[in-house]
Order: sequence, then structure tokens, then C-alpha cells
Amino acid sequence: MSKMTLKTEGDTHVVVTRRFAAPPEAVYRAHTEPQLIQKWMLGPDGWTMPVCIVDARPGGKFRYEWSNGNGGAFHMTGECLEIEPFRRIVHVERMHLPDPTPDNHVETTFEPDGTGTLMTIRMTLPDANTRAQMLATGMEHGMEASYARLETMI
Amino acid sequence: MTSLDAAFSALSDPTRRAILARLAQGEATVMELAEPFELTQPAISRHLKVLEQAGLIAKRVDGAKRPCRLAKDGLEAVDRWLAMLRKGLEQSYDRLDRVLAEMQASEEEGKQ
Repeated sequence: MSKMTLKTEGDTHVVVTRRFAAPPEAVYRAHTEPQLIQKWMLGPDGWTMPVCIVDARPGGKFRYEWSNGNGGAFHMTGECLEIEPFRRIVHVERMHLPDPTPDNHVETTFEPDGTGTLMTIRMTLPDANTRAQMLATGMEHGMEASYARLETMI
Repeated sequence: MTSLDAAFSALSDPTRRAILARLAQGEATVMELAEPFELTQPAISRHLKVLEQAGLIAKRVDGAKRPCRLAKDGLEAVDRWLAMLRKGLEQSYDRLDRVLAEMQASEEEGKQ
């Protein structure tokens, strides 16, 4: 069973959906409160988020720093544009690898779905090439984490 | 450029994606491909060259014709990559499921 979908749409969008067995308020809080974000927004196993600063207000900034405890590290910065508590977040974000990637414009909605939540993330990249690069960078980090995990096994 | 960069760069063009969709139905020659797209043969040939260099299609020699078909290896590399990105996200959201369950449990505890 897979609860998540990930699709490209048109030339510049990536759309992710995921259902959760908790109400929108809880899912929203887990996306805006640092002590909760640090528990899950970690990607592949083995990564932690030692720095998580979020000012969830229109114009507020956020900064996430990830580490694999093995020399691997990168961070993301962004700004909140629109905030509708428990319903919708619009923000821009960029990865620093260490050079900043072009801005990714992201709209996240949290809709009631029975007793749970349907979350939809719609990302808009400046152009098709940037989207291709963003997707490709995502893989590099996934692989890096996989290798790091492999190292601990051998 | 790695082959994956080349593949995603090739996929960033709507005409090239449409060509791949057409080839998913079976192999086709440049002439057969040019017709539905209302493009000249040289224009189609340029797109095919990009797709071939990215490892997404392969050409076969059939007398004077060079029919094109999808290249399994190149497409599988793109597929594997998407699967890996999915996996990272899925692991995050599986973790979020547990965080949400903990939040609910501590809330219920607070009510008692």
C-alpha cells in the first residue's frame, strides 16, 4: 500500500499528495513547529536536523540544516508568503549545496479527509531545466544517505 | 553531464516527451514521427538525436530506414531515480505518522 503520490505536472510543477490519520491541525503543527519538524523531516534514514528555525508568519524566514553525522551536510532557507493556520502554507525555498538553487515556490494545503487529512504539496520551479536539476539533486542526496547507511553495515 | 542529467534535460521538452509517448506504442521512423507533430523531418531528427544521446531511445537499421524505439535502460534509470526520491519522502512521512500518533496520545493523556 502506498499512501503517497509524486507526479510531475506540465513543465515546471511537481505535485505530492499524502494522507494522514490525524486531523489537519496536527499535520499543520508538525510542519510549522521546530521541535516537531526535527523529528520527521529527515529524508532517508541516518540523517538528522540539528538546526531548525521557523518563523511561520507572512514574511517570516525559516532555515533547516541537515547532517548525516559523517561529514555530509546541507541546508535550506526560505520565506513564508501566506499562512492560513491549519489549512494552507505558501512559501519559497532553496537548497544550499552550498550554492543556492533557484527558488522553489511551494503551496501546501491540509484538507480534512474523513477523520484524517489529505495534504497536497504543489511545487513550481522557474523552468523545466530547474525542475530537472532539483529532481536530480534530490537523488544525489538520497544516494549519499544510502551510501552512508551502507558504510555503517560493512 | 551525467546520463541522468542528460535524460532529465531531454525530458524537459514537451515535443520530446510527446515523441516518447508515441514510441511507447511501438517503433516509428522519422517520417512517421514528423507527420502528427507537424514538424519538418530535420526538426524531428534534432529531437531524436537529443533523445538518443540521453539514452532514452535507440535506432535500428532496416534497409534505408532507421526506425526508433524506446531504450529500456535509459528509461529505467529515470524510473529508479524517481523511486529513490519517493523513498526519501516516504520515509519522512512514515516518521511523521509516528509523530502524529505521539501527539494524539499525549493530547489524550492531557485530557485525563
